[in-house]
Amino acid sequence: MAKSLGPVKRKFSPWTDPSAVPFIRFENITKRFGDFTAVDNLTLDIYEREFFSLLGPSGCGKTTLMRMLAGFEEPTEGRILLQGKDISGVPPYRRPTNMMFQSYALFPHMTVEKNIAFGLEQDNLPKGEITTRVEEMLKLVKLEQFAKRKPNQLSGGQRQRVALARSLAKRPKVLLLDEPLGALDKKLREETQFELMDLQTKLGLTFLIVTHDQEEAMTVSDRIAVMDKGLIMQVATPAEIYEAPNSRYVADFIGDINILEGTVASTGSALGAPGTVRIDCEGIAVSVEQECQAVVGDKVAFAVRPEKVRISPDQPADTSVNAVYGEVWDIGYLGDFSVFLVKLADGRVVRAAQANVSRLVDRPITFGDMVWLTWPLDAGLVLTR
Amino acid sequence: MKSSRLDATVLTLGFAFLYIPIIILVVYSFNASKLVTVWGGFSLQWYSTMWSNQGLMDAAWVTARVGVISATIGTVLGTLAALSLVRFARFPGRMLFSGMIYAPLVMPEVITGLSMLLLFVAVGIDRGFWTVIIAHTTFTMCYVAIVVQSRLLTFDRSLEEAALDLGCPPVKTFFKITLPLIFPAVIAGWMLAFTLSLDDLVIASFTTGPGATTLPIKIYSQVRLGVTPEINAICTILIGLVTIGVIITSITTKQAEMRRIRDEHVAARGTT
Repeated sequence: MAKSLGPVKRKFSPWTDPSAVPFIRFENITKRFGDFTAVDNLTLDIYEREFFSLLGPSGCGKTTLMRMLAGFEEPTEGRILLQGKDISGVPPYRRPTNMMFQSYALFPHMTVEKNIAFGLEQDNLPKGEITTRVEEMLKLVKLEQFAKRKPNQLSGGQRQRVALARSLAKRPKVLLLDEPLGALDKKLREETQFELMDLQTKLGLTFLIVTHDQEEAMTVSDRIAVMDKGLIMQVATPAEIYEAPNSRYVADFIGDINILEGTVASTGSALGAPGTVRIDCEGIAVSVEQECQAVVGDKVAFAVRPEKVRISPDQPADTSVNAVYGEVWDIGYLGDFSVFLVKLADGRVVRAAQANVSRLVDRPITFGDMVWLTWPLDAGLVLTR
Repeated sequence: MKSSRLDATVLTLGFAFLYIPIIILVVYSFNASKLVTVWGGFSLQWYSTMWSNQGLMDAAWVTARVGVISATIGTVLGTLAALSLVRFARFPGRMLFSGMIYAPLVMPEVITGLSMLLLFVAVGIDRGFWTVIIAHTTFTMCYVAIVVQSRLLTFDRSLEEAALDLGCPPVKTFFKITLPLIFPAVIAGWMLAFTLSLDDLVIASFTTGPGATTLPIKIYSQVRLGVTPEINAICTILIGLVTIGVIITSITTKQAEMRRIRDEHVAARGTT
């Protein structure tokens, strides 16, 4: 492929290097609680200095996976390797990982500096060194003037910073973050996401974050593992997850997407255009430029993101693009974007999102308008799973 | 306003029912007359003669020691029981154990006392000071367990996990994190245990022996010979002590609560 997917955050991709040794390896991990299988024969490699996200709905096993790495749960089957060493049976207080808890779990009877010093005191570091390290941490999270406060004298954002400082104070090999920003309001959350990324690069640590917030995962991660019912559905960079999801589940879980069920009508070789698939979506013929294993007659789904669908009152001049015709049924105005719900003749609804690039428009589209939705051949994709 | 007048009447009657006997006792402790039922003018003489009543003072001293020792042992055992009930989520016989912790609360004291007595006789322990302590520990630890258990149910386990995660071994975590945080409940449990031990008559009379007469036993046996104003005096002092204890406890908890609310206001404003 000459074209590539989305922006690249930094030139860092050890997972593409077959000789790279994983920093953390979950090997055939299964965890059962009674009859319930929380994690099901899962294998996953995480590399040093990676910012890795476990993303999924609640109950998908992501927190259990993290708690097994921290040592709070033992896998029923399989093993966890940290730098090549099996850490099964090592209690949490002897693991080189530190965790930032969803509830922050700050010790309410200790001041901010005592909280941060707690982990260092357990290592019996000399007093002077503890003081220096605590000051360093307070500076890092910009809470110098709050050192003597108790946690209940702090705002939510400040508590989050103390929790972060406390979990970083011991300079763990891996920092585990369990829904770290869930309790913050949207604006603060976005700010903190960028601060987390900065910190991670600056300190050169490996971060493993558990979240159900896809935007958060997309923003901060080098790679994301999308989980469902104890299984990993896809592990890839945020751009790959968004632009090339490998299944209906991932496509639907991340962002907004139109999914049309259909069957493969013909494939590249027959069309004389290799790398093209033609799908019959119950009356709508769609062409997709994609290398695809599917053969004629396969049940597949066609998926296209709303922002890649163009909406226009005029019939497209170019007949090679995909086009459907319908009536504007609803409009969601989001400020930066407007989402149009277009009802086709057979009742199916296709969404198109349009960036509101100018404040004033000559001929705005409104409810009841008959419109054409078009998208180029490389805009959508075929989902076989 | 008719209903509010009715409310006031009911309230007054209720309080009168509760407190008139106590008030009478307190008033008659200041009676100059030796006859309990005849008012002979105000006097503090019973408060001074009380101190020279050696039997009464010995009994008070025994009661204090029994109370402190049994409450302390009961608090340690009760706290451990509460921890195992709340923490070790599933172990064989958990339901039975948690049910059994409540049993002594509803068991008639006569039965508890009698069974204790039978046990001591069967084992062949001489009854006295320590048998009263053992008996009191047995029934007070259940109350402690219940008080501490209710605190532990709302205890955020992630605090302990955070300590473990930061390298603190489990036993140290208990003393550095768990215990300081549940301490108010443990103290409340101790106070409850101490008070229960202080006013127990039935179980103590079954399990006591020579030289270990507790204050309730002493008062009860003296009353059978006729109520003396001295008894009224010592009861008034007991009432006073309990009242002061309750007032101090409620003031400190109220202050702590107010401080917490103030802190949270400060935090919400985000001011430095």
